[in-house]
Amino acid sequence: MSKVTLHGIYDDDEQLKNGAIKIVGMGIRVKEVFSPFAIHGIDPIIGIRRTRLPICSFIYGCTGALLATWMMWYMMITDWPTEVGGKPNFSFLVNWPAFIPITFESTVLCAAHGMAITFFLRSWLMPGVTPKNPDPRTTDNKFLMLLEVNKEDLGKVEAALRETGASEVNVK
Amino acid sequence: MHQESEIRKPLIIGDRSYKDITDDIIRPVQGKANKYWWMVFTLSVTTFTWGIICLCYTIGTGIGVWGSNNGVDWAWDITNFVWWIGIGHAGTLISAVLLLFRQKWRMAINRSAEAMTIFAVMCAAIFVTMHTGRPWLDYWLFPLPNQFGSLWINFNSPLVWDVFAVSTYFSVSLVFWYTGLIPDFATIRDRMTKPLAKKAYTLLSFGWSGRAKDWSRFEEVSLVLAGLSTPLVFSVHSIVSTDFATAVLPGWHATIFPPYFVAGAVFSGFAMVQTLILIMRKVFSLESYINLKHIEYMNIVIIITGSLVGVAYLTELFMSWYSGVEYEQYAFINRATGPYWWAYALMMTCNVVSPQLFWFKKIRTSLIATFILSIVVNIGMWFERFVIIVPTLCRTYLPSSWNMYHPTFVDIGVFTGTIGMFFTFFLLFARFFPVIAQSELKSIVKSSGSEFKKKH
Repeated sequence: MSKVTLHGIYDDDEQLKNGAIKIVGMGIRVKEVFSPFAIHGIDPIIGIRRTRLPICSFIYGCTGALLATWMMWYMMITDWPTEVGGKPNFSFLVNWPAFIPITFESTVLCAAHGMAITFFLRSWLMPGVTPKNPDPRTTDNKFLMLLEVNKEDLGKVEAALRETGASEVNVK
Repeated sequence: MHQESEIRKPLIIGDRSYKDITDDIIRPVQGKANKYWWMVFTLSVTTFTWGIICLCYTIGTGIGVWGSNNGVDWAWDITNFVWWIGIGHAGTLISAVLLLFRQKWRMAINRSAEAMTIFAVMCAAIFVTMHTGRPWLDYWLFPLPNQFGSLWINFNSPLVWDVFAVSTYFSVSLVFWYTGLIPDFATIRDRMTKPLAKKAYTLLSFGWSGRAKDWSRFEEVSLVLAGLSTPLVFSVHSIVSTDFATAVLPGWHATIFPPYFVAGAVFSGFAMVQTLILIMRKVFSLESYINLKHIEYMNIVIIITGSLVGVAYLTELFMSWYSGVEYEQYAFINRATGPYWWAYALMMTCNVVSPQLFWFKKIRTSLIATFILSIVVNIGMWFERFVIIVPTLCRTYLPSSWNMYHPTFVDIGVFTGTIGMFFTFFLLFARFFPVIAQSELKSIVKSSGSEFKKKH
């Protein structure tokens, strides 16, 4: 069976969402949706699972906190203990309150940058990457549903798209 | 789709479609800069250049060319540093705290406010790197292995905390700002016809294509970054305040400093946002998106934070009397009646009295009044830092080290130079970057647009 690529282009995010529900109901997978802004609620319809990026961020944050703690323990307590202004540095625990600010900053630094870098890598966003949106209008005012359908289903799918408000249906 | 209460005022005025929004926001990027842009830009670059010359003179000769002296060893440098960092705070507050509170009015102003944050922190960084005296040795501020028997930096010192706080704040704000810019760069990229500009925006947009999964990740990243930036912004100015509060000087050694500094930072930052936004909306005809409601909301934040600052001033005065410590009492009497009484009076008028005018709806919703008051607040907040630093240091415990402070032309040159730098960068930003987060704005057209509200 040969497959054709179909672009269902909508003017409204709600219409696209209804269209996606209908298409998925017909047993056809929505391959991709391109939109100028985030369509809330589209993810479960087209089968996108919730991102695990926050978990990564949490792990990076913990790493940052541990790194900072280790660094200050090594530098201030173990390697070269210095008495400054009578602040106790013979014991990590007693000196610890003074270490909280930097531990916090390091946690935020690692969590934020780690998460952003992971996001860029997972979504493959970096300078020099060629954009994959099939129609330049999808970053402006159009919402595009990308489908791959069997040739014999073409008419049926096209009708469903039009029925739910697609302003254009392009067969590629 | 989000529903919104009937009584909420629309945030987008006029019948604006998605395409109109794109057109309106990208117009300054696609078009040519007008006469006014060039005039202000030339002025900013000139001041900036003069600032660079003064900086070079400072580096070449030493910070003896500043008015700082033995006694008043912190003066304009730290005043300007704290002032700029404070201004920066409003940007993060608007984009992070208001995102967590789901305030939709933030969407029209967050982009330019975040840009303001980044440029303000850059200006602040100039002063801290320079005030060390030998800026080429500034890497000593970082915990690097060295030849002095590995004598590490002192992690008990708030000055070291500051190094970590400010650098984290700058880099995290930059990432937050840039991540938000990526989809908007993609919009510009897809509309550009000139090959060079298209190539530049393709690079800047990181190949963003707006896939559903990318959007889902994008929103999650924005939310988590906002969650991280919120405590960060509070921590940064708290740490800046501990630079003073942990010193055993009367007038500085106070536990009220962290909250008082944070409130002051937000206060001055919102004032600066008002100054910039009021000019920007006019020059780029963005009145549909940044309307009176936005201005009013920001003025309300200014009343609240201004009142907090006022309460902090009065608490300080009360506590100095109540402490029964002669030195503490003198520090405040000296601020109000000593040689710099005029700076104290200016601070009190600009910061405590002037924001109270915003209780009047007429003033709060008047663009001209807002513009004037925003500048008054900025001046007042600069004087607040001046009053904390200079009058305190010029009258310390030992009368033999009492000294007056007079700024030199280099002090003035470096400070105005940073203002020039700030405006140079902001004007370039306004010319080449989308000044409103249009992808976010499009998502609220149907809930907060005036036409949509009429129909439903």
